[in-house]
Amino acid sequence: MVHHHSNPSPLTDMSQLFFLVWLRKNLFNSWINTILTILLGTLLFNSLLKFSHWAGNFAKWEVIPQNLPLYFVGRFPPGEYWRLWLFLSLLMVMTGLTWGVLTRLSKGYLFNPTVLCGLALAALTISIWPFIGDQPLLIRLQLSGLIVLLSVTAQISYWCGHLSFPWGQRLTLGWVVIFLIGLWLIMGGLGLPAISSIAWGGVLLTALMSLVSSILSFPFGILLALGRQSSLPVIRGLSTLYIELVRGMPLITILFVGLIMVPLFLPSGWRLDVVFRAILGLTLFVSAYLAETIRGGLQAIPKGQFEAANSLGLNTPLTLGLIILPQALKISIPAIVGLFISLLQDTTLVSIVGLFDLLGISRSILANPIFIGRHAEVYLFIGVLYWLLCYLMSQGSRYLEKQLRSHP
Amino acid sequence: MVSRHSSDTPIPLWRDERVIRWGLQTLVLAVVVGVMGIMVVNMNRNLQQLGRQFDYTFLKNQSGFNIGEHILPYSPDDTYGWALWVGYINTLRLIVVGFVATTGVGILAGIASFSDNWLIRRLNLIYVEIVRNTPLLLQLFFWYLVVFFGLSDGSGVRRLAGVVYISKKGLYLPWPANTGSTWGAIVSVFLLAFIAYYIWRWNLRQMEQFGRPSGIPRLLLWGIGAIALLLLSVGLNWSFPFLSNDKLIIGGVRISLEYAAMLSGLTFYTGAFIAEIVRAGIQSVSKGQWEAARSLGLKTSAAMRLVVLPQALRVIIPSLNGQYMHLAKNSSLALAIGYPDIIATGQTTQNQTGRAVEIVLLWAVTYLSMNLLISLVMNRLNQSVQIQER
Repeated sequence: MVHHHSNPSPLTDMSQLFFLVWLRKNLFNSWINTILTILLGTLLFNSLLKFSHWAGNFAKWEVIPQNLPLYFVGRFPPGEYWRLWLFLSLLMVMTGLTWGVLTRLSKGYLFNPTVLCGLALAALTISIWPFIGDQPLLIRLQLSGLIVLLSVTAQISYWCGHLSFPWGQRLTLGWVVIFLIGLWLIMGGLGLPAISSIAWGGVLLTALMSLVSSILSFPFGILLALGRQSSLPVIRGLSTLYIELVRGMPLITILFVGLIMVPLFLPSGWRLDVVFRAILGLTLFVSAYLAETIRGGLQAIPKGQFEAANSLGLNTPLTLGLIILPQALKISIPAIVGLFISLLQDTTLVSIVGLFDLLGISRSILANPIFIGRHAEVYLFIGVLYWLLCYLMSQGSRYLEKQLRSHP
Repeated sequence: MVSRHSSDTPIPLWRDERVIRWGLQTLVLAVVVGVMGIMVVNMNRNLQQLGRQFDYTFLKNQSGFNIGEHILPYSPDDTYGWALWVGYINTLRLIVVGFVATTGVGILAGIASFSDNWLIRRLNLIYVEIVRNTPLLLQLFFWYLVVFFGLSDGSGVRRLAGVVYISKKGLYLPWPANTGSTWGAIVSVFLLAFIAYYIWRWNLRQMEQFGRPSGIPRLLLWGIGAIALLLLSVGLNWSFPFLSNDKLIIGGVRISLEYAAMLSGLTFYTGAFIAEIVRAGIQSVSKGQWEAARSLGLKTSAAMRLVVLPQALRVIIPSLNGQYMHLAKNSSLALAIGYPDIIATGQTTQNQTGRAVEIVLLWAVTYLSMNLLISLVMNRLNQSVQIQER
């Protein structure tokens, strides 16, 4: 019978058994899998060993902490760093508010284990990172302050979310204001000393270019998508022609159009800053892809929605603006975020035409005789930075998508 | 009464649907033509100020610059037109080999995500996540400056895996020597493949007719396979690279490090995207198809090959088109690495002659025609895998 074998084995035995069963099932379930596992395992172990040997003995990691400001803000004048800190704090406040409201609306927990892990990791990085400079402690304090600011505002907005004051509706306006303030702080003017675009670089320039060109491409992309779906032949033809032309060409040629040909197209005497010409090229490029993405969303809207709106007496612009586009845009959020992630990656191409984005500034650091030949260290570091940026964006979009789902 | 009254008053012009339609289109056309006109006028004036004119006569002038690697004969005495053509051929060489390699990597990685081996699944996931979340240009620099230059070991020569040599000049791989017997072997391998295909077809017909495989053709197929393998290993006259006494590498084929970096970068980058497409395609086939195939007694591999894959291909092929087009366009990043493709040679030409508009137009035509061709081929392929309805 069942009962006559011994009393239940201790937990450790059980977990050991479980582990062995797991191993057998997942790694050694057939002779071909066994061979593959052993082969790949040895290869992986060897590479990890070699990598750690290199990272510990041969790699010269000083190239990263010594140039940290360059990687993040390029040649931004150090005397004006306070502007960036101010902007970052405002950004943290807005992020915290939005995060708290969104979480509260979905009745989730603010500080779930994943978020806590992320915060702990950030705190750990801040406390052990070898900052080089006059006041490493000050930088540590400032960075920790940002994290505290984020957590506190998130918690406050989570608590205050049930107040009658409609937080959520003011947030969009808040983001627009923050964006404009940010541009003012970065560019200067209107009372602040102006900072030329040559001084922008690193993560700052990468983020600025991808953000501005994705915002600018939005209206353009929507118009092109609607134009391509239009029943007016001239508008449809022109939109299709533009979209297909741009999608058929590599980004680098479009950047050359922006950088070399735009000055030729402008009336003599007019000049456009090189960063803005690059942003123009990126915008022209992305709007064609954005149009195709939004068209996908538009096509997913059933015809009944148009007919219902028409029978309510709405004219075409109102139908599109109030009924069709909100639904179409919501469907296409994941694809749009995917597009903006690839835009962020594509901004690296401006380093070919001589701008100092994160990749461009790394190449100029590597051209410095002191750091010559330190490609592996630098590229690994900025690879991790890019990976983090893209990963956070894609996680954020998944979160947003979940919060915006109308029927749970 | 009311209706009569409303039908009597004509609809005001600004609310007439037809007027709006035509008015809007005319307006848009006028704006577009107007803006383009202003741009062209400005361009002509600016070019005149610079003392230039829009034409392509400069293509006949002597180029005077060198191209690092070329299949076609080229020297700095040749014309700009020929230099650009050489660059175009270099682009094609990269793209065509890239298509084959990336398809292989993509399918392999896509299938690997269904493996029952935990390690393979994990490694595959790491590969896809790293490659898709970092910029391609960064990956290309990594391949070029870290992997290949790292392997090439400064100024010396290094031997990898026994038969491959690497130095700063390039990667040296074994390659069939260009002799008469090589071509004979290649032709006979093709002939054998042709024969084998017909035997296989005949065998299939026999199976359909009599319900059992005829034993002899299967043995014949194995025989043909063995002969082909023998021909490939011996008959091709492989030339292996080796280090001569004066430290020169002789024999084999030389691939420049730029080409190797571009090819590996593009292959593994596009491969990660293709892997996701393949995975999604296989997942799109409903589970019932697997179960039905298994309950008919097909083995996993046969179920995959005969039942699941043909249905998955209908989802996979249309998306592959986009990836191939991306690969073709991304090959333009060769400019950053220093591989002399059409963009790099065009850039040099433009720096020397100042013909920006002409060169950009040339690039546009080149890439548009290339993408059109890819789309045409893939659409034909797509038609052939879709369900044939009456």
